[in-house]
Amino acid sequence: MDDSQPTLDRAPDDSGYAMGDDAPFQAPVSAEAVRESAREASATAAFAVAQAGRGGRFRHILPSRSGKLINGLVIVGLITLFGIFGPMIAQPPRDSDNDALLPPSAEHWLGTTKLGYDVFSQLAWGTRGSLFIGLVAGVVALVLAIVFGVFAGYFGGVADEVLTLFTNIVLVIPGLPVVMVIAAYVQTAEGLGPLARSSLLVALVLGITGWAGSAVVLRAQARSLRTREYVAAARVAGERPARIIFVEILPNLVPLLAAQFIFGVIFAVLGEAGLSYLGLGPTGSITLGTMLNDAQTGQAVGTGAWWWFVPPGLIIAALGAGLSLINFAIDEVVNPKLRLAPENAKRQRQAAKAGKGVADTGAFA
Amino acid sequence: MSFYLRRVAFYLVTFWAAISLNFLLPRLLPGDPAAIMLGKLRRASGGRPLSEETVQAITSILGAGRDMSLWDQYVAYWGRLLQGDLGVSSTRYPAPVADLISAALPWTIFLVGTATVISFLLGIIVGAWVGWRRGTRLDHLVPITTVFQSIPYFWLALVLVAVFAVQLGWFPIVGGYDVFEFPAGPEWSWAFLGSAIYHAILPATTIVLSSVGGWLLGMRNMMVSTMSEDYVVTAEAKGLTSRRTLTRYAARNAAIPSLAGFGIALGFVVAGSIVMEQVFSYPGLGKLMIQAVQGLDYALMQGVFLVITLTVLVANFIMDLIYGFIDPRVRHNG
Repeated sequence: MDDSQPTLDRAPDDSGYAMGDDAPFQAPVSAEAVRESAREASATAAFAVAQAGRGGRFRHILPSRSGKLINGLVIVGLITLFGIFGPMIAQPPRDSDNDALLPPSAEHWLGTTKLGYDVFSQLAWGTRGSLFIGLVAGVVALVLAIVFGVFAGYFGGVADEVLTLFTNIVLVIPGLPVVMVIAAYVQTAEGLGPLARSSLLVALVLGITGWAGSAVVLRAQARSLRTREYVAAARVAGERPARIIFVEILPNLVPLLAAQFIFGVIFAVLGEAGLSYLGLGPTGSITLGTMLNDAQTGQAVGTGAWWWFVPPGLIIAALGAGLSLINFAIDEVVNPKLRLAPENAKRQRQAAKAGKGVADTGAFA
Repeated sequence: MSFYLRRVAFYLVTFWAAISLNFLLPRLLPGDPAAIMLGKLRRASGGRPLSEETVQAITSILGAGRDMSLWDQYVAYWGRLLQGDLGVSSTRYPAPVADLISAALPWTIFLVGTATVISFLLGIIVGAWVGWRRGTRLDHLVPITTVFQSIPYFWLALVLVAVFAVQLGWFPIVGGYDVFEFPAGPEWSWAFLGSAIYHAILPATTIVLSSVGGWLLGMRNMMVSTMSEDYVVTAEAKGLTSRRTLTRYAARNAAIPSLAGFGIALGFVVAGSIVMEQVFSYPGLGKLMIQAVQGLDYALMQGVFLVITLTVLVANFIMDLIYGFIDPRVRHNG
């Protein structure tokens, strides 16, 4: 919103990317990058200096430096740091020497649980556990989404029909019930050894059930990209399909891939929380969901022990909100209208207020 | 017409896939759920031997020994399903799974259905307005909605219960109706209906609060994109009133992707509601599912999963029909 250099970030043409249809993909690609660099060359020296500090030639795929992006990065960064370093400074999470159900104090920043565990320490370990599951599931989901989305969109024909049908089926079958069913079968299985009900398995199951929405988005864009001249040129030059996909197409999908990965992480963190809350999560490791499950079985709500169940939910909500903010910033790169239209409307409204003879009501003010 | 035929075919294939998944999961994943289930049933019946009929029902649902080929099992499985026989529950022995589900289904459909409709309409209307007033302070609403969207349903439910039920005592803590006033169970009376609605307020609020953000955001973003279309400029230039431009030109077209994305969003709402029902002990499908999963009552679990899937598919299908009616383009080249 408070971008200091709006003109620099304007994509030359603003026909948009609309959900679900095959509108041309508007992340500025090669030709536009050339035009943009030409414009930059003619810009003032001060601009050029500012430019150099902003990521040089990859800037056109980076989100604009907006308030949303910075807030999102700060929130996610703080939570990640907490997950990495929190467990090192906190007392052991399963140390039950403390008194039970102490409210927050200087000694126990977030109080203790019914079993005398330090909530702050549990929160640090839980954040680490949830982040691990989110990242692993996000990667798994992204890989599957690329296979089912990008491959389908690029190859077209029968492969597209089959992959898309499969994607749509997975999409409409509600995900969490499937995860619950799988988790219920797996938890009694003996053949899995240490994998059974580990964080890794939970992450895999969440990743396997959470890719379909991303695949739909990626397919639409891949379909549009495959008709571009540079892809046709690569094909004529005799490049193998795998190389075209990985070298020509995927790099231009980076903003979307990032957005879909972030969706995958949010989905997995929320899914893990729900699953663990029901007692189907990983056993042995602490996550934000298992904390909430402990709080539920320990009657935290009934006894008013808010310091036990409020913090894990807040971390989940903050993480999700932070990741969503980053996604918005990416969205505004993919669809410049989202950024330009509000800015233009704002400028027009300010002009009207300053008495510059522009209408200040109606659709365009 | 072929649009509708294709949609019907798609949902039939999806339903077949869901049932086959249900059939294959207990057989392909490691472990022996049929043996566990039979053991639980034996204990539930107090050590008395189970009838041949019950044993057969369980093995055909969860996987027999090695004496039957997978294909024969599959045929037998379909045969049972088509008769509406979903087996016997072990956690609520000897109640048939089908009876338990039909008692729970109306609660969930009523609660989730009403809350989703409210949330959808609210999100579309507010989203259209926020998109219309783009570039004003209302834009700050966007980050706020993401917070609500990222809150786990069940956690929001816990907080609402802690504040409004435990602390303030305005609403009941658990249940779908007042069990002391109606010990005989649900009945058709105004008093019961009132009690049910009173108990549904907090759960419905949870669903609306958690899901409205998604609708609002999608609608707002589409609205912002639509507002820079030429036909909106034309409408403005013709001198149409703002109200008419907003409702007839911009919002109508901006709402279409929200309708198209309804199915995906519904999946999230259903998932969230399942876990949320546990918080409120709401007597719906979610609670039944959780009970089944925690008690390793595989027959009940499979039945509930099938019914949830079927319900979601039907809701999606209805939405598809509406979508095809509203947007002729999908009928012709979708």
